[in-house]
Formats: sequence, structure tokens, C-alpha cells
Amino acid sequence: MRNPLSKKVVEIKPSGIRKFFDIVSEMKDAISLGVGEPDFDTPWHIREEGIYSLERGRTFYTSNAGLAELKEEITKYLKRRCHLEYQPSEVIVTIGGSEAIDIGLRAMLDPGDEVLIPQPSYVSYLPCVTLADGVPVIIELKAENEFRLTKQELLDAITDKTKVLIMPFPNNPTGSIMTKEDLEEIAEVVIEKDLFVISDEIYSELTYGQDHVSIASLPGMKERAIVINGFSKSYAMTGWRLGYAAGPKEIITQMIKIHQFAIMCAPTTSQYAAVEALRNGDDDVATMREAYDQRRRYLVTRLNEMGLPCFEPLGAFYVFPCIKDLGMTSDEFATTLLQEEKVAVVPGTAFGDCGEGFLRISYAYSIENLKVALDRIENFVKRHKGE
Amino acid sequence: MREKILKAINKNSKLSTEDLGKMLGISEEEVKAIIKELEDEKVICGYPTLINWEKVENEEKVSAIIEVKVAPQRGQGFDRIAERIYKFDEVSDVYLVSGSHDLTVILEGKSMREVANFVAEKLSPLDAVLSISTNFILKKYKEHGLPLVGEAKKDERMLVTL
Repeated sequence: MRNPLSKKVVEIKPSGIRKFFDIVSEMKDAISLGVGEPDFDTPWHIREEGIYSLERGRTFYTSNAGLAELKEEITKYLKRRCHLEYQPSEVIVTIGGSEAIDIGLRAMLDPGDEVLIPQPSYVSYLPCVTLADGVPVIIELKAENEFRLTKQELLDAITDKTKVLIMPFPNNPTGSIMTKEDLEEIAEVVIEKDLFVISDEIYSELTYGQDHVSIASLPGMKERAIVINGFSKSYAMTGWRLGYAAGPKEIITQMIKIHQFAIMCAPTTSQYAAVEALRNGDDDVATMREAYDQRRRYLVTRLNEMGLPCFEPLGAFYVFPCIKDLGMTSDEFATTLLQEEKVAVVPGTAFGDCGEGFLRISYAYSIENLKVALDRIENFVKRHKGE
Repeated sequence: MREKILKAINKNSKLSTEDLGKMLGISEEEVKAIIKELEDEKVICGYPTLINWEKVENEEKVSAIIEVKVAPQRGQGFDRIAERIYKFDEVSDVYLVSGSHDLTVILEGKSMREVANFVAEKLSPLDAVLSISTNFILKKYKEHGLPLVGEAKKDERMLVTL
């Protein structure tokens, strides 16, 4: 029999921490700080709108690019919160931000085109680039820059094949954000080198002490950027699977083409619920942001006190402490912590080789949970320090 | 900062001053000072616990919402009669309301008879009270923003997701 499999797919490396995942999932009584989704329920008025849409019998496909009223609300939202001006025809509603990343890359890449991926970052960029026949080029972000992308790092990575830069900020797993000044330096290079940007802004509502700035809002960048956002993190709607992309019409049109043939449309119930989220959800977002902010401060203070130094992350819901003083790799730390104290955290290496020496700790948990887990981590650190 | 502390302990009065300090980015001493100040000003009036008494054995409780029409008194409005009512230990809440009556009184007793006796013997005889309508509470679904029914919430997320 012939080999039924695609070489391209087989050669994609499975996540490096598969083994760790397996141990965690077998441990029933572990406390986890390893989750990448909000602990809040979707606000009731949003869920209620989804239920109502089902009661009304709105159980049919929507148009490929998404419900007209949802696209309209998305453009208003982007203007209100991110100072971005888009027409509804420049928006596509997708199955989560993840689909937008995938079809955005597929719409823009020809074989051999290089895509710059700053790491540590979310795990799907690299395989999506490969699947789109692009060539992933990793930029290793540095702890001393608080894991922000610098102009020099970008310049060093550019070749004459570079076409797209992925901008994963606010960042999962480091929690770092890019300020307007940081972005201006990047935008300058992008324009000068004639690149495009896919800006994954899924955590845009979760920044602390300062508002998120979209790189697409900078002069000359709108025509070079696809902005990806969604409802999962900001409105605690991960299971609804709903995101969107906004960008130049010519790119969005090609993305709609792929989406039309591969997906048809995003879930109708979720789209109606999302309309309600955008119309009446600003207060919910503010309440959740405040809760995350308190947990963030609590976590950063305690980790620094117990000797796991971390910079102050100003975005998302992750803290990225350094564990190098303990003389263990990230994987060893996470595995031993799990075995000895039954606390699950994610090794930084899950998000790229340069995450070695760091851990991702999520604060999408109640303070009570964080407290118990941190007490255990503190015991662990005391026991292993100076070994 | 006062508002932030109030919002945090409004949801969870069990938070320690040490943890509050870390959550809000101030020292524990500052938290203690602010809370003392709020208590002195009677902004914080107490720290009760929300209990679903229906689930507690050997502890019968009956509550009633009583709508009271009263005649306001010259120079004192409703405050004097409200005070006469809220001083009774059996009374858990008193509100001045707009609408068909004036005071909404929530009573807690051990039995329907006890509540009925209180209404008949203490509330009705008050000179200012014009009429009374007693509504016994049959089931409590939610109090102070917290559901009393259903099971404790479990974390149903997968243990690790990237």
C-alpha cells in the first residue's frame, strides 16, 4: 500500500511537551496554573442572546464573511477601542483567532516566502506557516528586553525572501506588550523593507496600566497589516470559537475565498452572541480586566519574593518567571514540581527554544487557587534552591 | 484605593490584608489603615457570611417580605417609624421604597407562627402603621449577588492548554 500521508504534515513536529501533557492529564488531583483560557463564564447576557437566537430558530448558515450586523459592530468596536477605521467589507468572521492566522498566512504566502516569527509565542504560527508552504524564520526575543521585539532583531532577521512578520502582542506566554514607541520603530522597518504584518491582538483587551496599541493604527501600516482579534479572551468565550480578521480588502477577499471553501461560515449562534458582546459587553471586560490585574500583581509580588524573578508583564494573563537559579531546565522544573507538589505549570520551551529557563504561569484562576498553588511552589523552591 | 478595597472585599470578605496588599500593590499596613478608616466611617458595616439555611439540619428558618404602609410623621418623615421597626432583632432588612407601599421589611423567624405573631403583636399595633401585607418566602434562589441553588462550581477546563 502507498503511504497515505503527506510528507509535509508528517514532518511537522508535534508539540515538544507532549510527554508533560500526558503526565498532567493522568494526575487527577493536581492544581493547575497551566491553562490558556479565562476562568470566567461568558457573561450571562451574552449567553442568553445565544440561547435566544436558538429559540428564534436562527440555525442556518450566515454569509461566508459573517453576519452583516456583527461585521458592522466589529468595525465600530475597532474604532472605539483600537483607533482603527475599517469598512465591514474589510472584515471576516472566523472560527477563533486561530483560523484567521491560518487563512491569513495561506492568502499571503507563496512557496519559499519567509515569515518572521518572534518567540516565545503561541504554538500555531510555525506549523501554519509550514502548511502554507512558507518558510518560518524564528526571532528569539530576549529577557533583557522583557521579550519585546526590537528594531535591530527585526533587521537582523530580514532577507530578500522575507514577506510577513507575525506580531504576537500582548504575548502568550510572556505577558509582554509593545508600546506605541516600540511599534513605531518596527513599523518603520516594515515599511522600508516592504513587508506585511499579521498582528495577533487576541489579548488586546487585557493590558494593565496602559491601553493596547495596534500596529495597524500607525501611519502607513493599515495597508500592510492584518489585525486578528476575537472573543475568546476578552469576553471569556473560548468554547464559542469566534474570532475575526480586519485588513486590506484584497487580502480579506482571498481569505474569504479559503474560508468559504474550507469552513463555510463561523457558527451562527456564536455570531449572534458576539453581537450582544460588542454592543453591551464593555463593562464585563472592564470587570474581568480588574480581576486579572489584581491577580497579576499578587503573582508577580509573590514570585519575586520567593526568588523566581520576573519582569512585570503588562498584558494577557501570564507571568513568565525565570528559574535559572535553580539549576534545572524548564522541563525538569515543571515535571518535578508536578510530581512533588502536584502543581502544573507550562515549561517556557513549549513556546520556542528561547523559552528555556522560564515558566509560563497563568493567572486565569481565583486568588484562592493562586494562593494554594504559590504556597506549594514556594515550598518547592525552598527545597531545591542551593542544591 | 478605598473603592478598590471595597470592591474586592464586597465579593470576598475572607481576603487577608496581606493578600489584599499584594493584589492592589500597596503595603499591608496601608490596607489595614484604610479598612480601619472605612469601618470607623461605617462605610463597612459588618462582615456577615452568606448561608443557605435550607441545607442546615435542625435549623428551621422562615423569612417573609412584609410590605408596610405607614403615615409619615411631622418633622421626621419615615425615619422614626423605620427605626422603631428595624430595632427589633427579628427584622433583618428595612427599606423605604416607592410604589404601592412605603417600607419593605424582611423578617426572619423560626416558624411561620413566630413571624405571624410578630406581625400581629409588634408591627400592626404601631400607631403609624396603616396596613400590612405579609409575603412568606418559599425558596431563595439568589442573595447578595450569589446563587443559593445549584452545585458548587467546578473548574471544567482542561488542566493544561497552550
